[in-house]
Formats: sequence, C-alpha cells, structure tokens
Amino acid sequence: MLRAMTKARIYVTYKPTVLDPQGNTIRDALHSLGFADVDAVRMGKYLEVELGTDDAAHANAEVEAMCRQLLANPVIESYRFDLETVP
Amino acid sequence: MRIGIVQFPGSNCDYDCLHVAREVLQADADLVWHQTASLTGYDAVVLPGGFSYGDYLRAGSIARFSPVMDAVSEFAAAGGIVLGICNGFQILTEAGHLPGALIRNRVVDFRCEWVHVRVESAGSPFTSSYHLGQVLHMPIAHGEGNYVAAPDVLDRMRDNGQVLLRYCDSAGNTTPAANPNGSTDSIAGICNEAGNVFGLMPHPERCAERVLGSADGLGIWRAMTAAVSAGILPAASTRV
Repeated sequence: MLRAMTKARIYVTYKPTVLDPQGNTIRDALHSLGFADVDAVRMGKYLEVELGTDDAAHANAEVEAMCRQLLANPVIESYRFDLETVP
Repeated sequence: MRIGIVQFPGSNCDYDCLHVAREVLQADADLVWHQTASLTGYDAVVLPGGFSYGDYLRAGSIARFSPVMDAVSEFAAAGGIVLGICNGFQILTEAGHLPGALIRNRVVDFRCEWVHVRVESAGSPFTSSYHLGQVLHMPIAHGEGNYVAAPDVLDRMRDNGQVLLRYCDSAGNTTPAANPNGSTDSIAGICNEAGNVFGLMPHPERCAERVLGSADGLGIWRAMTAAVSAGILPAASTRV
C-alpha cells in the first residue's frame, strides 16, 4: 500500500513595496522582443513540498511554519500555498 | 584579544579574515566550524564573506540555522562584538540580528570593484578609528547587496545612528551613480540598536594592508580591537 501523501505548492513573491530587479529586467527583455503590452513583471519562487501525511490540517500547519521560518523572508516576501492530498 | 571566524560551507573569505586577525592585528584567532555550539572564550566573532550553502533559496537563509548561530545570538545578546562581512551581513539580516534585507543588485550584474564609502557615525565600536564623514576606499564583490527595509525601520535606524557606512563618490557625495547595487539611501553598512553587531557589504579584510591597494578597512579591525581592550562591551571571555 502506498503511503499517504500531501503535495504543497508554495509561491513566494516579493511584497509589492519591494522593487524587483529581476522582474524589471525580464520586463525590459520582453519589451525588446516586441511584447509592447507588458506593463510589469514580478518574479517569485515556486516550491513543491511532499509530506508523508494525508491529514490536511496538520499539513497546513506544517507548511505554514516552513514558510514563516525558512521558505519566505517576512521582511521582503509574502507567500501563499495550496495543498493536494494524494490518496 | 581572541577572534572567532566562523566557517560555513561555502565561506570563502574566512582565511583572509584569519590573515588580518593574526598577521595584521597580531591577535589570537581561530576558524570556528559552523557546527560548533559555543563561542565561549572569544572576544569578537566574524561571519566572513562567501556563498554559504551556495546562496540557495536566499543568501544567508540556510546558514542562519547552523548550530553556531545560536551561539552567535547568545554572544551578541551578551554584548559581544559581531562583524558580518558581505555574506556574513546577509546571514545577520536573515537571522534577525540586523534589520532589513539584502536583495539582488538593482543593476543586473555581480559587482566586483572598488567603491567609496562614507563614515556616517564615528561613535560605534566599529568606526571609532575614523572621523565623521571620512571617505574610505574599499572593494565590494556581491550580487545581492541591495539593502532594503521598511520606511519606519529606516527612520528608526537613522534616528538611532545605526547607518555606519554609505556608498559615495570619491568626494564623499552620495549619488545614484556612486551606489553600486541600488541600496536604499546608499546604505553599505549598519549596526544593531545596541551597536555591537555590524554588517557591511564592502570587504574590510581585503583592504587592511597597503600592498592590497588600500588599508582603509584596517580601521574597522582596529576599532573592534580597541573596543574589546577598553572593555566598552562585555567580552565573551569574561562571561560566566
């Protein structure tokens, strides 16, 4: 029998007040490629974390703690995530 | 004077700092592996530059959880002198010992060059050998040295005199062109509220001897030594 699993998809992005040097550079590159409609680009991080549990409440608390302690820096970044239970 | 120089996996300025401590300052100094849990016996602690854990996730974000960082917290809380250079500065901000954060340079490249910085406060245990407004010639080498902090944090730091160094031109003017990484308010180095923890992006260990092109960074090391000798701050070795 396969072990129960929850997959967390975590998105970490700069807070709106933080200027994003990489996003701005990508925006400029898109402009130079002719994508004239591009107004702004914000670059963030995407992480997938697999947890060996199907307890959604527990997984939610664990991922929340991971984001707060390590995955995001609360000084400059915000995060959001969704969980998928894989039976 | 005994200086502990912390080595993280990926530190690469550790031996430069050791050289300055032993050969230039004539002080006792050791490399302290990041798994070490105690800093008892040291009068000052240096977190050197480099790329701890490959700068993965965010520069300094993983190193801050090394066992030695608990000891650094205790050491700093007791008033011990802590100097974080470049990656060491990033680790100190990630650990919350210094306010704000260091993100990607606003210009899109890694900056490895000589810059000028202006001494913004000469009352600190790290800058007491300089005079206010003195312009120092120092090298930088970083991709993530763009200092950011919330406006209220910046105000508080300014009020407390926590900004110790700002990027400037050779005449001492802080201009956008003289700011190599886009740092807010041209900030190059800050200390904590208590004044005993200092982080800066320029490398004082790379300009502590004239043969290297500048000895302007030596003043930081000398000031630290003077602060420890004067007992301005409680030294770790005298703690119970």
